[in-house]
Amino acid sequence: MAEVMLPLWFSHEAKELYSNQSIQEAADQDMSPSVRLQEMIRVIRGARTQGEERGVIQRECAAIRAQFRQADNGTRSHNLAKLLYVHMLGYPAHFGQMECVRLIASPRYNEKRVGYLGAMMLLDENQDASLLITNSIKNDLSHSSQYVQSLALCTLACMGSAEMCRDLAPEIDRLLRASNSYIKKKAALCAVHIVRKVPELGELFTPAARALLSEKNHGVLHGAVVLITELCERNIDTLEQFRKVVPELVQIMKGLVMSGYSPEHNVAGISDPFLQVRILRLLRILGRNNDTASDSMNDLLAQVATNTDSSKTAGSAVLYETVLTVMDIKSESGLRVLAVNILGRFLLNNDRNIRYISMTSLQKIVQTDHNAVQRHRGTIVDCLKDQDASVKRRALELSLALVSAVNIRSLMKELLLFLSSCPPELRAHTASGIFNAAERYAPSQRWHIDTILHVLTTAGGDVRDETVPNLIQLITTATDLHCYTVHKLYRALVTDISVQSLVQVACWCIGEYGDLLLTGECEETEPVQVTEDDVLDALETVLQSHMSSPATRGFALTATMKLSTRITHNVDRIRSIVSIYGSCIDVELQQRAVEYNALFKKYDHMRAAVLERMPVIDKSSPGHTNGESAGGTIKEMEPTKLTNELVLPKEPANQVCDLLDLLGGPGEPLHPTPAPSNTVKGPVMSTSGGDLLDLLGGLEVTPAPPCVKVYEKNGVTLKLQTDKQTDTGMNITLTATNSTEADITSLTLQAAVPKSVQLQMKAPSGDVIPAHGLGLVTQTVLLNNPNKVSLKMRVRVCYTSQGTLCQDMVQIDSFPSPTW
Amino acid sequence: MIKAILIFNNHGKPRLSKFYEHYSEDTEQQIIRETFHLVSKRDENVCNFLEGGMLIGGSENKLIYRHYATLYFVFCVDSSESELGILDLIQVFVETLDKCFENVCELDLIFHVDKVHNILAEMVMGGMVLETNMNEIITQVDAQNKMEKSEAGIAGAPARAVSAVKNMNLPEMPRNINIGDISIKVPNLPSFK
Repeated sequence: MAEVMLPLWFSHEAKELYSNQSIQEAADQDMSPSVRLQEMIRVIRGARTQGEERGVIQRECAAIRAQFRQADNGTRSHNLAKLLYVHMLGYPAHFGQMECVRLIASPRYNEKRVGYLGAMMLLDENQDASLLITNSIKNDLSHSSQYVQSLALCTLACMGSAEMCRDLAPEIDRLLRASNSYIKKKAALCAVHIVRKVPELGELFTPAARALLSEKNHGVLHGAVVLITELCERNIDTLEQFRKVVPELVQIMKGLVMSGYSPEHNVAGISDPFLQVRILRLLRILGRNNDTASDSMNDLLAQVATNTDSSKTAGSAVLYETVLTVMDIKSESGLRVLAVNILGRFLLNNDRNIRYISMTSLQKIVQTDHNAVQRHRGTIVDCLKDQDASVKRRALELSLALVSAVNIRSLMKELLLFLSSCPPELRAHTASGIFNAAERYAPSQRWHIDTILHVLTTAGGDVRDETVPNLIQLITTATDLHCYTVHKLYRALVTDISVQSLVQVACWCIGEYGDLLLTGECEETEPVQVTEDDVLDALETVLQSHMSSPATRGFALTATMKLSTRITHNVDRIRSIVSIYGSCIDVELQQRAVEYNALFKKYDHMRAAVLERMPVIDKSSPGHTNGESAGGTIKEMEPTKLTNELVLPKEPANQVCDLLDLLGGPGEPLHPTPAPSNTVKGPVMSTSGGDLLDLLGGLEVTPAPPCVKVYEKNGVTLKLQTDKQTDTGMNITLTATNSTEADITSLTLQAAVPKSVQLQMKAPSGDVIPAHGLGLVTQTVLLNNPNKVSLKMRVRVCYTSQGTLCQDMVQIDSFPSPTW
Repeated sequence: MIKAILIFNNHGKPRLSKFYEHYSEDTEQQIIRETFHLVSKRDENVCNFLEGGMLIGGSENKLIYRHYATLYFVFCVDSSESELGILDLIQVFVETLDKCFENVCELDLIFHVDKVHNILAEMVMGGMVLETNMNEIITQVDAQNKMEKSEAGIAGAPARAVSAVKNMNLPEMPRNINIGDISIKVPNLPSFK
């Protein structure tokens, strides 16, 4: 496979041409334009440091600027050439722009040449100076010398703006039809540039392009095919038109393939492979989704596929293009099999380039011909271990595309192995690919959890943020694996606390399922003797470590708190930890610690209920998808709830006792105040706590389920509707409206329910009901009825109407059913 | 479409840089540096294709490069070009350079940057491959060079003519020329300086 490697050598001595003496002699002898440029280059290269070089270049630029300002002398082109060299090295050269314009307008060829080169390097469509050369280009396009014409075409194709293209398009069209082949081929590519800038002009060039196909000159043919490809890609109608030329293209290809040795266009035994590749690409576009066109190509493609010698790169390029075309058009199945086999052969080739190319093409067809590609899975997986980073990347993409339910276990092993040794820039991509694959095809929950934990341990730093809540959600659904999971996570936590995502999940699990950890027995994995102190030690290490991020410490603190209801002996230790963090600098931690402290002191009777085991998180709830917004509203609601907490106990205690009397029994777990819910105390991460706040799904406003009027007096109406009802609870909304002349103020609703039913009242939307039914106040109530007793509720309504305080009691015995 | 063609040496010094899409000057230099960084890390026996750096279009663009002795030839292309075709194109380019400068070496590229640009202009135009036949390219380049040389000869002439006339030492013109009965009055022309 050895292509000819040209021996380029770098030696000052070998070439006398560039010694100081010879440059000076040349300068004396003739006025060839490059001499001064060479002198300057030699001087710049003589500079030994960067600073010296900058000094030299600044002097030269000053000299050039001075010379530009002078009137015409014979050295303008030399100066611009010098400026372009300086520009290539990276120094500013914008003061040469006007000089380019002047030089382009000069009648002399060498000045024009440098001027156009300068225009291509220094000007672009954003500069105003570029418009000034439009006229020069127009004149030069009709110049007598073809080389001047070609300069103009080249520059227009390189940096022509949309306006310039519109102005000059008719000229280009004229050149496409009537000129020699040298100009025609350049005009064709210039037309491609124009079509890219101004797509509407495509129609202008269509007839000319069509006519160019009958040229014999390969350069012109090549340009014509490129132009037609561009036109067809932009415009469907043009595509339809050009379908008719498929037979012509097939003829040209046949001629190229079957012709004998042609010395002009031969590259490594293939006759003009560049043109062949272009034509194949055009055939692909024309044959896509079209049966007749595809049929007429079938024979040709088979011929090319079998006759092309692929021992050199040129042949491989043609074969590769043929394969892509076959897979893209509506070819017959025998041909497709042939194509995939060729790709398979490429895959086993020793040349890395060929392997890379074949994987790129397999990537393109893996969606449509999945089974064919699966056959080569072994080789592709082997390429994961190749030393070449590009080949590795291709192999990774392809492996991820080939994952299916059948091969998930074996393929995942390979991918995990790859993850531990892959280059760092591919890690994040691999990790997310593994997660996606695991989610779609996981054969069992345990396998799924194991895989995710493995990824977190190997590459936890590179995973996305959603991994943590997703994993937590997964763990809660795998109810029988809680014991196993918490054991595994505890072991991981004790080993290493540097990977934040893993530590967060571990803390959450230990907080939730710490009791399972402490019982010490587990079927699926070896039990480990863990004492309460060990667990608290682990969590405290996380809290105090410098490696832990603020979010992780929040997790750890909450987990510690949750353990207070799950362990028996060390509750005091937890109390002390929590009170210490009440003065922590981090505001989030401080707030949590203060609230937990309050839970210990004032609301100890509620602690067990608040810190209960969380229910299974439903992944598809709105709370899950509206991550930030739900989290945001909850943060806002916290202060209102807390203020309510403070407000209501101020009310005379006898009112609370009245309710107690009515419901006939002391020690009722009354909840007249909206209690801090365990969802709020859950690990509310500042970034993505949304899906854990699922229990607030009851906040959603459903469209008009049946409303029952439960109270109507003094113009105040209270309605009740059920938002959601399950076996063990329901969410209801109370709506208050006012039909009197004046506003109703200080509205409060209090509720009481039977023993064993848990009540939670959300903050009301307000406490003023506007008059004349212009507005309303709503309040959501969540009822949790685990023992399934018959639900009854007493609601006390208090409000001020026209200066008088009113109070009423309503009993609700039956609740309407929700519409759904 | 070819987005850029870069030639730089083993130390990252640019020998030729041609961009077919507009970038600001700073971005161009950054691209050169970034490309050198990516390409110089590669081993000798890995494949010649690299995914492009962030600056020049990220994952859609590829860098196709060839390393000859002290020079890297890098073509940055998008997905519409055939990778193996571009690899062959680089080979054709280098062979053409070899024919135009006898046994080309790095110094030739350094001191004749403009000539290299001219050769490249015959092969790639506006980011698209124009001509791949080496002989054709060389013929055109030779013809253009001949045109330049012939102009340089003519271009020198007006300047030399003017200076020659200025240096002429014209004797004093007679005011009157009397030839028999005819009297010609010579107008008083300003001295021809």
